[in-house]
Amino acid sequence: MELTDFFTNYTLRTITLGTAVLGAICGMLGSFAVLRKQSLLGDAISHASLPGIALAFIITGVKNDNLILIGALISGLVGTFWIKGIVKRTRLKNDTALGLILSLFFGLGMLLLTFIQKMPNANQAGLDKYLFGQAATLVEEDVWVMATVTGISLIVLLLFWKELKLLLFDPDYTKTLGFNTRFLDILITSFIVLAIVLGLKTVGVVLMSAMLLAPAAAARQWTNNLGIMIVLTSILGAFSGVLGTAISASQDNLSTGPVIVLVAAAFVAISFVFSPGRGLLFREIRIRRNRRELHLRKTLTFMYHIARDHEEISHPHAIKILNNFHGFSRKSLTKLEEQQFIKLNGKEWALTKKGYNEAEAMYNKMGTTHD
Amino acid sequence: MKEKNYAIKIDDLTVAYNYKPVLWDIDLKIPEGVLMAIVGPNGAGKSTLIKSILNIIKPIAGTVKVFGKPYKQQVDKVAYVPQKGSVDWDFPTIALDVVMMGTYGSLGWIKRPGQKEKKQALEALEKVGMLAFKDRQISQLSGGQQQRIFLARALVQNASIYLMDEPFQGVDATTEKAIINILKELRHAGKTLIVVHHDLQTVPKYFDWVTFLNVKGIASGPVRDIFNDDNLTKTYGINYKVAVNK
Repeated sequence: MELTDFFTNYTLRTITLGTAVLGAICGMLGSFAVLRKQSLLGDAISHASLPGIALAFIITGVKNDNLILIGALISGLVGTFWIKGIVKRTRLKNDTALGLILSLFFGLGMLLLTFIQKMPNANQAGLDKYLFGQAATLVEEDVWVMATVTGISLIVLLLFWKELKLLLFDPDYTKTLGFNTRFLDILITSFIVLAIVLGLKTVGVVLMSAMLLAPAAAARQWTNNLGIMIVLTSILGAFSGVLGTAISASQDNLSTGPVIVLVAAAFVAISFVFSPGRGLLFREIRIRRNRRELHLRKTLTFMYHIARDHEEISHPHAIKILNNFHGFSRKSLTKLEEQQFIKLNGKEWALTKKGYNEAEAMYNKMGTTHD
Repeated sequence: MKEKNYAIKIDDLTVAYNYKPVLWDIDLKIPEGVLMAIVGPNGAGKSTLIKSILNIIKPIAGTVKVFGKPYKQQVDKVAYVPQKGSVDWDFPTIALDVVMMGTYGSLGWIKRPGQKEKKQALEALEKVGMLAFKDRQISQLSGGQQQRIFLARALVQNASIYLMDEPFQGVDATTEKAIINILKELRHAGKTLIVVHHDLQTVPKYFDWVTFLNVKGIASGPVRDIFNDDNLTKTYGINYKVAVNK
């Protein structure tokens, strides 16, 4: 296919728009799930929606996408608030409750899907698209629904920005200020459920939680500001959608949902390695540089101790006397000479005036902080 | 004394999380303007008592009155300093932002903080000696600095009653001194301060009022009258001798 197809091909344009909007809303709401340490909630919600999908079909007998989404929504909400109820009322921890409800609902959903397949006259082909998603079936109407929900959740987010931020950081304190945390919790959770249900058709039950978590996990690496993080998450989510769709459209037999998830995962991997503040690479570089620096300084102060006992600070000393000092290595001597702290002459070293002053300043500073 | 003169009055308070009661039949009257320590062993229900006063935890029985009214009607008069470890300090925000949260209550729903609120927050940061750190990412602060940030957030609320859960835990001597000075200053301004405290040695030096707690209320009153080995033994269950210089 050609690049121009993106702009001329109606179906492809719809799919691209749809996955972009989906990526944006999932990213936006996913930030909240990640910061509330409810990363797995998304996974539980999407799996919990499966019986709703099947039941909607069994009850109505028609394969209407909107009816099925409503079924998924109800089932997802029931699962979610069931999890919250279990955590609140029993001694089970959050992860146990999530795992329990996730498998219970998913098992029930699979059972109902098999039941549907055995039904006479049932045109069951197509319901399993909700398992792994099928972006190709996106139509303009779907995009409009997603865009509307995105718009509404954006408004709600901006309206309750202050309260939601407070809830994310310190829920107990939020309560003591007189805010209704239950209301805020239900609000944000309901939007997360809604976003997941909207994505089922495109990405599917099984992979949906990655859409929610991956962009947020990636964005967190690049910023320490909540607002910027959420904007960045939406952009990364949308970009994963567009890029994933483009990659899958350029090849035959590449289904869109998994490709989008893999693109998002690639963003996470890149962020974890290369982000300047929190990334593994720069952290490793910083640690090494720091250790090397300490190493040099330690050697320098040791030399200072020796030189101090002589009248002439630049009196040469044998390198050999450094050998019983643990921080010493040949390489550090060369480094110190490069910085003009010492002069090397054959098997002897001597502190320079600059090196002496540096060591003295360092020694005094260390001395005072340890008092 | 009329009921209104008590900052906090607790009657028959009983709290349980699962089966075992954490607080049993607590009766407590805290007069206005005291600097009070709550002491007791681990699991005595000290934090729970504070959370019950704040309505974070629903009791099984009993009532809590703040200046004669339920907490819900008095939220603007009470400030809470939670345990430092109760939040995730890796949250993406800066020190000034956390202190600004103290203004959210008086702002109410939806309204955003403006210049006035920012000024209040900066003043509170200065009071706790953290103005230089206002733009610092909160995960980069030391334990003592985080505690000061929490204190500043409560100061911004400009409340009449301050409830603090172990503000001296894991802070260095300088921070401890700075915090206790602020607490004493607040008491001189007529505020009521209720502090969960662990270091028995410093009780007589820091506080003028004390409550002994071990699931049940053991005793409550002026430090000089009731802070003695008898009450300590009753609370901690062992023969407790504390070197108190009276």
